[in-house]
Amino acid sequence: MSLVVSNLNVDHGAIRAISGVSFTVESGKIAAIIGANGAGKTTLLRTLSGLKSASAGSALWNQHDLFSVKPEFNVRHGIAHVGEGKSVIAELSVEENLHLGAIWRKNNKEMKATQLDVIELFPRLGERLKQRADTLSGGERQMLAIGRALMSKPQLLLLDEPSLGLAPLVVEQIFQTIKSLRDQMSLTVVLVEQNALGALEIADTGVALNLGKVVVEGSAQSMLNDPAVRAAYLGY
Amino acid sequence: MYKLLSSLLIGLSLGAIYSLMSISLVLVWRSTRVVNFAQAGQAIVSTYIAYEVVNRTGSFWLAFFAAIIVGAILGAIVDRYFMRPLFKRVNSGPIVAIAPVVATLGLLGILRAIVGFVWGVELKPIAPPVSLDGFSLGSEVLPFAPYNALVIVIVAIVLVVLSLLFQKTNLGLSLRASAYSPEIARLSGIRVNEIRTLGWAIAGAAGAIAGILATPTSYLSPNSLDVLLVFGFAAAVIGGLESMVGAVVGGLVLGLGVTFVSNYVSTSLIFPTAFVFLIIILLVRPSGIIAGKGSRRA
Amino acid sequence: MRKRLFLFIAIGWVLLIVGDRVDELRVYQGASIAVYVIAIGSIILLTGYSGQISLGHGALMAFGGYVAALCASNASMPMWLSFVMAALVTGIFGAVLGFAAARLSGPYLAGTTLAFAVGLPSLANQFSILGGEQGIYLDPGLPPARLGESFSQYKWFFWIACLAALITMFWLANILQSKYGRTWRALRSNEVAAQLCGVPTGRQKVLAFSLSSGLAGLAGALLVLTISTVSPSAFPLSLSFALVTGAVVSGIYDLKGVMLGAVILVVIPEFADSVASRFGDSLKITSTLPGLLVSALLILAVLFTPNGPGEKLHHLRHKRKAHSG
Repeated sequence: MSLVVSNLNVDHGAIRAISGVSFTVESGKIAAIIGANGAGKTTLLRTLSGLKSASAGSALWNQHDLFSVKPEFNVRHGIAHVGEGKSVIAELSVEENLHLGAIWRKNNKEMKATQLDVIELFPRLGERLKQRADTLSGGERQMLAIGRALMSKPQLLLLDEPSLGLAPLVVEQIFQTIKSLRDQMSLTVVLVEQNALGALEIADTGVALNLGKVVVEGSAQSMLNDPAVRAAYLGY
Repeated sequence: MYKLLSSLLIGLSLGAIYSLMSISLVLVWRSTRVVNFAQAGQAIVSTYIAYEVVNRTGSFWLAFFAAIIVGAILGAIVDRYFMRPLFKRVNSGPIVAIAPVVATLGLLGILRAIVGFVWGVELKPIAPPVSLDGFSLGSEVLPFAPYNALVIVIVAIVLVVLSLLFQKTNLGLSLRASAYSPEIARLSGIRVNEIRTLGWAIAGAAGAIAGILATPTSYLSPNSLDVLLVFGFAAAVIGGLESMVGAVVGGLVLGLGVTFVSNYVSTSLIFPTAFVFLIIILLVRPSGIIAGKGSRRA
Repeated sequence: MRKRLFLFIAIGWVLLIVGDRVDELRVYQGASIAVYVIAIGSIILLTGYSGQISLGHGALMAFGGYVAALCASNASMPMWLSFVMAALVTGIFGAVLGFAAARLSGPYLAGTTLAFAVGLPSLANQFSILGGEQGIYLDPGLPPARLGESFSQYKWFFWIACLAALITMFWLANILQSKYGRTWRALRSNEVAAQLCGVPTGRQKVLAFSLSSGLAGLAGALLVLTISTVSPSAFPLSLSFALVTGAVVSGIYDLKGVMLGAVILVVIPEFADSVASRFGDSLKITSTLPGLLVSALLILAVLFTPNGPGEKLHHLRHKRKAHSG
């Protein structure tokens, strides 16, 4: 089971946002996608998800063509996307937000069991089940967004800048959680991050994007040691 | 004393019908960001079909359920085959702002014309299932009749059913999620387009119920639900256009207000009253009585 | 500006001559077209330029009609003064409405003006001075004696209506080209940006509403002239819809197509009548077909020529240029 992206081209009108991007993520590994603002990271994720259409190229997960179905069918193929900006629905309760992730299965008993698992992972959510989502702190909302994705029991998790706008301690927690998702649940994770250091430290492989093109690619460790990467993205 | 009591009761009965139309408009507004003026057209078609059913079977209740089904189907058809293609086609240029409004108006006109052509423009009656004669209270006869009471009961039942649907079922959760954030809903695996069509179907059914409940006390004609549309819209705006609760509150407030003005001041001031209510709310508290999040601008 | 003046004067002469040569029915239709030209022009100003939608202009026409009728019959003013009063008073009323409308947008404005359109006619029943359902009879008087014996009343209406239409459209075209027009267009495209540029958007919107209402009031007064009465049934809800349709069909963003919309609005009932007489069952057809055609036209126009028929012609011309180039 692996994610294979080949020669992806994505256009925003007349502007080419992503150009000839190819990479592979092995099953049960974390791939960190790093790059500056506007490098195309979010566009990449939204294209994999089907929210944006590609003008060329392909993306296969486990031989399943990601572009052959509409976004709402991703979860049925084991793919969950957590969009940027703590994507929870503010007007719904924590519990309802979690349920959203599992509704498509139409199995309430299974949903309850999965919810217990998610709460074990994020106890704070368990304390606030009946509260409206907009009463949660930033970190809790991010946990809720990830929790909702986990409710669909995915094998591939697409995460868009989970650390954005969060305090360092919380960021650390989130990254540790993502690490344990790989270690304990064998999830394959595509982690888009501006926080390149934190992302590369938990990742197995890394891809650096600049202006929509892949500029560096390799194991996370080699990228952490690469002076060019350090200068451009890690700040030291 | 009797005047107060009867004003209150009639106001509730009237307000109940306005609430239903208001709910129908709010449902569509929340899911599609469009004020569906064609709702009056959909409701009038449903009500005429109910009229046919009553004529052929003599049963109001059969007609009632027929109206609900027709209203739901029409609502779904309008969303799936009219609104969706429209949005796909008109998605750029300054016309985008007025296109949906104008389109639903056009649809309203077409539905009214069809109805007028098939059934003619003469006024037609629908007989109510219970009496229209007022209750007697001692030696007084209230203008409040068993039928008005029935209307209140029916609308109350519909409201309970809708609340249960929206708050307690998975389907209701999907409907709400799709309205609040279509993208998150989509990523969660909810088939947002189909759910939206379902929302329109529910709205269509609510509008149809409002139409058939409003008719026995007056008459049926291609234009007879225009007034209901206007009042339903006013009620929705007064209630805030963002929630079911607001829609109901708006409807009741409007119904009571109009009735009291009609009974205590003058009967031909009904429209101006509604209009004034509307203007006051829009100027003083634009987000409606039940203030919600989101701006009033679009 | 001078070119436009000559153009309008030329059109005026043509109309003068045409009016002399055609029969009564055509002259009456011509007067109706002139009325619609003014009314559709008012919608183009309000919606096409300042971006405010109104579903109640039929009621504004009614307002102007009643003002004119009251001035002429109750206050015995001369006809031209009644028209001026109609435009003025409706314009002032429009300013009041516009003040409320300036805070609204999109569906809220649409629904509110719709409420207005449905509600205003019922006021006629409230005050006896307004004559209730039958309305007020307006005696327009005979054309001036010096025009000769054979100068029919309808020809007189035609000339007056055309003159009014020419004058108002000339004025409207100028104001739309002026800085006011540009300001309104800026408003419509992006109100926040306009505000940031220091445009007093509220005031401009009210101004647009007021001017548009004044025009509608004048159109209403002229309509009353042609039918010699004013009553609620002369200004039904479908009139407001028809005006919006006429504006969209003629190209809501540009005054140039206004004649097209006006002609279509006059042609449709005629067409319906001839269809009705062909198929029998006339009442059903004459009462429902016009509405059906207007509504269908509206939807088609929004779908296919949202920026007016000029857009399609533009494309055709450019396609040809591309082929030959």
